[in-house]
Amino acid sequence: MTEAPIVTVRDLVKTFPVRGRPGEPKRTLRAVDRVGFDVLRGETLGLVGESGSGKSTTGRMLVGLISATSGTVELFGHHIAGGAEKGALNKVRSRLQFVFQDPQNSLNPRMRVGDAIAEPLDVAGGLSRQARNDRVQELLELVGLPRSCGDRFPHEFSGGQRQRIGIARALALRPDFIVCDEPVSSLDVSMQAQIVNLLLDLQEQLGLSYLFIAHDLAVVRNISTRVAVMYAGGIVEMAPKRDLYAAPKHPYTQALLAAVPRPVPGRARAPSVAGELPSLIDPPKGCAFHPRCPFAFDRCRIEKPRLNPVEGGHAVACHLHEAGGSGTSAL
Amino acid sequence: MTRVPLLSVENLTVQFRGDSGWVTAIEDVSFEIGAGENLGIVGESGSGKSVSALSILRLHGRANTRYASGAIRFGGRDLLSMSERELRKVRGGDIAMIFQDPMSSLNPVLTIAEQIIEPLQLHQGLSSAAARRRAIELLEMVRIADAGRRIDEYPHRLSGGMRQRVMIAIAIACQPKLLIADEPTTALDVTIQGQILELLRDLQREIGMSVVLITHDLGVIAEFAQRVLVMYAGRVIEQAPVAALFNRPMHPYTDGLIDAVPKLDGDLHRLTTIPGSIPDLATVIPGCRFNPRCREAMDVCRRNAPALLPVGPDHLSRCPPRAAARGAA
Ligand SMILES: Nc1ncnc2c1ncn2[C@@H]1O[C@H](COP(=O)(O)OP(=O)(O)OP(=O)(O)O)[C@@H](O)[C@H]1O
Ligand SMILES: Nc1ncnc2c1ncn2[C@@H]1O[C@H](COP(=O)(O)OP(=O)(O)OP(=O)(O)O)[C@@H](O)[C@H]1O
Ligand code: SF4
Ligand code: SF4
Ligand SMILES: [Mg+2]
Ligand SMILES: [Mg+2]
Repeated sequence: MTEAPIVTVRDLVKTFPVRGRPGEPKRTLRAVDRVGFDVLRGETLGLVGESGSGKSTTGRMLVGLISATSGTVELFGHHIAGGAEKGALNKVRSRLQFVFQDPQNSLNPRMRVGDAIAEPLDVAGGLSRQARNDRVQELLELVGLPRSCGDRFPHEFSGGQRQRIGIARALALRPDFIVCDEPVSSLDVSMQAQIVNLLLDLQEQLGLSYLFIAHDLAVVRNISTRVAVMYAGGIVEMAPKRDLYAAPKHPYTQALLAAVPRPVPGRARAPSVAGELPSLIDPPKGCAFHPRCPFAFDRCRIEKPRLNPVEGGHAVACHLHEAGGSGTSAL
Repeated sequence: MTRVPLLSVENLTVQFRGDSGWVTAIEDVSFEIGAGENLGIVGESGSGKSVSALSILRLHGRANTRYASGAIRFGGRDLLSMSERELRKVRGGDIAMIFQDPMSSLNPVLTIAEQIIEPLQLHQGLSSAAARRRAIELLEMVRIADAGRRIDEYPHRLSGGMRQRVMIAIAIACQPKLLIADEPTTALDVTIQGQILELLRDLQREIGMSVVLITHDLGVIAEFAQRVLVMYAGRVIEQAPVAALFNRPMHPYTDGLIDAVPKLDGDLHRLTTIPGSIPDLATVIPGCRFNPRCREAMDVCRRNAPALLPVGPDHLSRCPPRAAARGAA
């Protein structure tokens, strides 16, 4: 593809200082560790990983909600992190939006939903009262809600409807790129399906690009163009959707796929991968996944694998998959 | 059938006080669960799963709740007519409950030890040394590594999966006959979810308890439950053994729930959805409550409220047109 990506992320790092127990020295938590990816116009990058793997921190740095410790983020050709260009974020701010996981907490309970949707328009200014109200109605319709419901308050809506309101608000300034941080995780399966379909329709109509965050590979399968799997702050595998689901290469991706519950009675889930995400303050030496990896060998405990391209846009960070690696399709 | 159920809920109707009078949250709900059995309750958000489960132990706020009709039989007695004092002995004793969010049911200012030891002393009269030993044993049973040390931690130092294990340890402390688990894995990662379900199954075998598992995810139901209750808008709309429910669903709403589960195979683009959303409690829908969302609705569905009827072995459904089409019963 020759088109320039609209989002380019390189070597992005975020650390947080953490206070130890009384008397212990200050330490750092490495939440995001040298993450890099591109997002092209009109595509969706799915970002998947367990709780605490660094997904939200990555998404927040992309839209400038928090600053990066190091590394670069380039949006629509402007460096917003790492680059010296001051005010670059302001140039692209209206083209970026963020949709939060919890529609309950991201809407002000005392604000009518029409005003909540119009808030970004009001902040930007320049619209007549009439034009603003027309735009609110248009947005409500766009997300599948009655045009007339702008006078109501958030508590009068179900969880799925509140998420539609959050999406309408995100669309108000006609963004090009939206970070959706687990927009369906707090919804039941039928509302999840409706919201995923809505995001797909909007993408088609408006040419949007998404970074779509989830903790479950099944949830991002329909919406993603490509999928990146995060573990302990780093991307361990990234591939076009078809390749990732048909031929996952990283043992962690394989474990995540095996863990997806399926609506087939009597089919026991594959034995779950033991253990939990490691400490980010005192991470394991070598490959961060080695304490849970069924294939770990000596080198894994010493040397950290880098994200290496293997074939056709598929990249893996695992010592089994470097040039000359033996592969692990057996899991 | 002559099976004597451990618990049977009979024609339960529960109402809450609303701004303009009482509203009905669940209506005429009946089900039973045998000793050592796994019952799954599934339905969209707001369908009445938690209201049903919380009613078993009368955990709704007393001032604003009315158990308008029905009985809940457990060990030959009706939990609905028991005194509050007697019921307290059942709660955390023979019947235990765990919730979706372990952080909201664990006390943040008490250590894990303090929270497990208290029920042991209360229900089993153990000395504090014996209770501590038993507490460590329980944490080991829920596979918490290094239990002897972790027991003195505060909840916020544990991961979500560990907290849910602690909740399970507290719940099984008194060897309950019945464990009610309301979305115990919904807030957890799929890998941890798998570990917790595995743990529940192992514990069930070890101590022979029955489990009521509530979830909106039919993937979890398929994996865990033996019998399934499907709820919609406060009513049971289908009840079946798990294999029959998936292989021969007898209600269009059940079809919709099965189709909505995100899958690893099948159509790569749009997902199948149930159009619309669950009505709120105050909305009156004549006839079948699902009819505004049902692709198979007919005129009769808008007139007559369908009854829950047998459609196969141990299989009930509240959709007469589907039953007729499939030639059931
Ligand atoms: N402001 C902060 N201060 C200190 N630590 C933080 C802060 N924000 C995030 N972290 C830590 O960084 C790590 C990554 O967090 P992040 O929220 O990005 O994970 P996530 O993948 O989005 O997880 P989840 O699925 O739970 O949302 C976690 O260990 C978290 O506790
Ligand atoms: N204490 C209460 N007072 C008034 N209404 C209530 C109360 N508890 C529940 N409801 C209402 O009863 C209906 C059923 O709620 P319930 O909590 O049983 O749903 P659920 O199936 O458990 O959904 P979820 O998947 O969201 O937990 C909902 O409309 C809810 O708003
Ligand atoms: S590098 Fe080693 S430990 Fe890490 S995933 Fe690959 S095989 Fe497993
Ligand atoms: S009774 Fe009618 S409306 Fe209700 S589920 Fe069956 S076909 Fe649909
Ligand atoms: Mg997050
Ligand atoms: Mg509930």
